[in-house]
Amino acid sequence: MGSMHHGGVVIVGAAETTELGTLPTTPERELHLDAARNALADAGLTTAGIDGIATDRAPVYEISDALGIRPRWFDGTAVGGCSFMVHVRHAAAAIAAGAVDTVLITHGQSGRSRVEAPPYVLDPSSPAGQFEQPYGALAPYSTFTVPVLAFLKSRGLTRRDLAEVVAAQREWAVPNPRALRRKPVTVDEVLDGPEVAYPFTKDMCCVVTDGGGALVLTSAERARDLDGAERHVYLLGSGEGAEGPLVSQMDDLTSFGPFRTASQEAFRTAGITHADVDHAMFYDAFAHLPLYMLEDTGFVGRGESGEFIRAGHTLPGGRLPMNTNGGGLSYTHTGRYGMFAIQEAVRQLRGEAVVQVPGARISFVQGVGYMFGAAGSLVLANVPG
Amino acid sequence: MNTPLTPKASQVTTPFWEGTKQGELRIQRCNACARFYFQPRTSCRHCQSLDVEWRPVSGRATLASYVINRRPMWGTEPQVIALVELDEGPRLMTNIVEVAADPEALPLGMRLEVRFSERGDMSLPMFAPARGEA
Repeated sequence: MGSMHHGGVVIVGAAETTELGTLPTTPERELHLDAARNALADAGLTTAGIDGIATDRAPVYEISDALGIRPRWFDGTAVGGCSFMVHVRHAAAAIAAGAVDTVLITHGQSGRSRVEAPPYVLDPSSPAGQFEQPYGALAPYSTFTVPVLAFLKSRGLTRRDLAEVVAAQREWAVPNPRALRRKPVTVDEVLDGPEVAYPFTKDMCCVVTDGGGALVLTSAERARDLDGAERHVYLLGSGEGAEGPLVSQMDDLTSFGPFRTASQEAFRTAGITHADVDHAMFYDAFAHLPLYMLEDTGFVGRGESGEFIRAGHTLPGGRLPMNTNGGGLSYTHTGRYGMFAIQEAVRQLRGEAVVQVPGARISFVQGVGYMFGAAGSLVLANVPG
Repeated sequence: MNTPLTPKASQVTTPFWEGTKQGELRIQRCNACARFYFQPRTSCRHCQSLDVEWRPVSGRATLASYVINRRPMWGTEPQVIALVELDEGPRLMTNIVEVAADPEALPLGMRLEVRFSERGDMSLPMFAPARGEA
């Protein structure tokens, strides 16, 4: 049995959909398939070389069948935007155990245009249908955001710290032709923008787009038979965690336990420290999430996230380049953004990012699932173990 | 969607919604660990004991966090979507009423008391600034 961490499992293919943004005629399933074909081409493989598949939003066998794959392993773990971090972790375990050889992970979501997308289903007897939605907490901007004032107050931060996150990340997006929001923006301009849900203005909320992405994973042993070894990305460590379906019932409004659980497991399994990390992706559906994540994953101490952003440490040339595609706030956000966070980490480690972090060797990726519901963490590197 | 959503009681939550219709806020309390908990469930959130019962609570609470939703899914008025902590411990999502939807009027830690607001055939617990409480 191989190792699921320390480079025993390799990302040999990674790609996004050919187009991102507003795709008003592309059905959601075609976004999965386009991303899958691009990732397979990137790996130099065909579907004949795939014996395992994982996805979210679509039943897993719908996607495998559409691609002509008859899998011997599959994973339909559906925990919102961090499903793909968890798919990588589960696929790595299965590859290491010999349950599968080569896994395709797909994401496709017509999040903006909603072309042949699954309908939103409201269940008035569900926990959220009884205890949250009747108060107007339906859209993520009026639900995921509700704990933020408690967080800011507990740290002595203000809504200006939310705007600092937006302005910092925009610097990465400005040169990126695939980013949706590319206009340079100041902290004051973010604060003066249209208010969506106080304390959040428009630019503190993610873009809403159509698109997808896919990954191909296999064992280090099989990867040696493939071309392009210099572009292979290794899984050093991973973790996952979950709480529950109601944001109102978080164990602690000011710190999310699954961020701590998943990231600690990822660092422990990778056998690295925070100082070893060259690049970070923190899933940012809204501007408060990188602040929670910086603290909960241990990159900074409690209450230090605001100052860390203000000091420029996450900017180009900074100590911890963060959300280097512009993030969900500026690059793209289909609804399940986690796939795009992984894609940018892979590009950075391959040296192929639009705004490249010089010499990036180790990337840390932190995902969130649903609205403070679940979490998944990955430590990726361009050298094994 | 232009109509406010109405909750539907489930088997476990029926005592909660029967209480609100009678103008009473009822929360489950565990007899094993002597703590209140929310959301409703058959075993205690804290210790998983099945020895739990419904108790009327004071309806007094503290404002823990909120957003002012400027893009409501129904109606045109901004909604104060809040998290309040009952004096008995549990946290509830709710709307703050009888106060301006203005951060100046909504300091965290503000004392609140329950109101009941009819919606369809249900009654929703909402909260307003407490009267005559220091």
